[in-house]
Amino acid sequence: MRVVRAVVGTVGELAITAGLLLLLFVVWELGVVGFTTNRAQAATVDTLERQFAQPTPTTPSTPSTSSPTDTPTASPTTSAAVPVPPPGDAFAILRIPRLGASWAKPVYQGVGLDVLAKGIGHYPDTQLPGQVGNAAFAGHRAGHGNPLIDIDTIRPGDAIVVETADTYVIYRADRSEIVPPTDVNVLAPVPDQPGVAPTEAWLTLTSCEPKYGSTNRFIVFAKLDRSVPRAEGLPADVLAAPGGNG
Amino acid sequence: MYAALWRLFPGGRLAKTLQALLLFAVVVAILFIWVFPAVAPHLPFEDVTIEPTTGATS
Repeated sequence: MRVVRAVVGTVGELAITAGLLLLLFVVWELGVVGFTTNRAQAATVDTLERQFAQPTPTTPSTPSTSSPTDTPTASPTTSAAVPVPPPGDAFAILRIPRLGASWAKPVYQGVGLDVLAKGIGHYPDTQLPGQVGNAAFAGHRAGHGNPLIDIDTIRPGDAIVVETADTYVIYRADRSEIVPPTDVNVLAPVPDQPGVAPTEAWLTLTSCEPKYGSTNRFIVFAKLDRSVPRAEGLPADVLAAPGGNG
Repeated sequence: MYAALWRLFPGGRLAKTLQALLLFAVVVAILFIWVFPAVAPHLPFEDVTIEPTTGATS
């Protein structure tokens, strides 16, 4: 009888220990890592803003020479002269007013786990923001500050702004869908239509689905609305929080 | 298990409590600094990318 009691007691204590371990992991992942990641990301966004504010001498083509056309309508850049950022480098700021008026996350080149631990990742094989085709980004929805945790609240028409060194690229959300993790068609130059030659500029956001899970992927497609040169400044109304939630 | 640990600690109830708290803090520190960061990348909910085949990360 004593032996049985000792065994049951030990098993119970082990179960409690395992539960505590899991609880501690959640505290660590969502609390500690989330806190430090958010702080680091805010600092990176600040650094990027300062970099963008001063004219970069490294840029081979200044905006004035590349396109004298200042059409305020949608004008996707077709120039292949845009330099591809080195892997792991932060090269843009992503702003989604629906996720918060001050919601701003750094975008890094690459989608490895080490890169995504720092912020939003840009699929290296996809186009750069503003270019004809599809610029695809990935971001965490569980852990690492879960930047895209509320990706499912993005509604058609919502502004998604990618701020690069010389341009504010303004997309409007078009639709969202949930796909299996292997559905590479969402990254196609024309989303969901592989093999079709692109004529428009798209943006694809990928994150996990369900929230805190990863059996599927939550995808948001956005279409280029317009590109505004940095010198002109970002129109104030673009970052205004969209009204309503439905 | 925990009862045995409690008996192992020297001193009175206050001393035992302090030692237990200290031990817990040390364990949490080890978990947070070394164990969890090593384990996290292998957990499935970190996957947010679209891949031709599952498992390959690029």
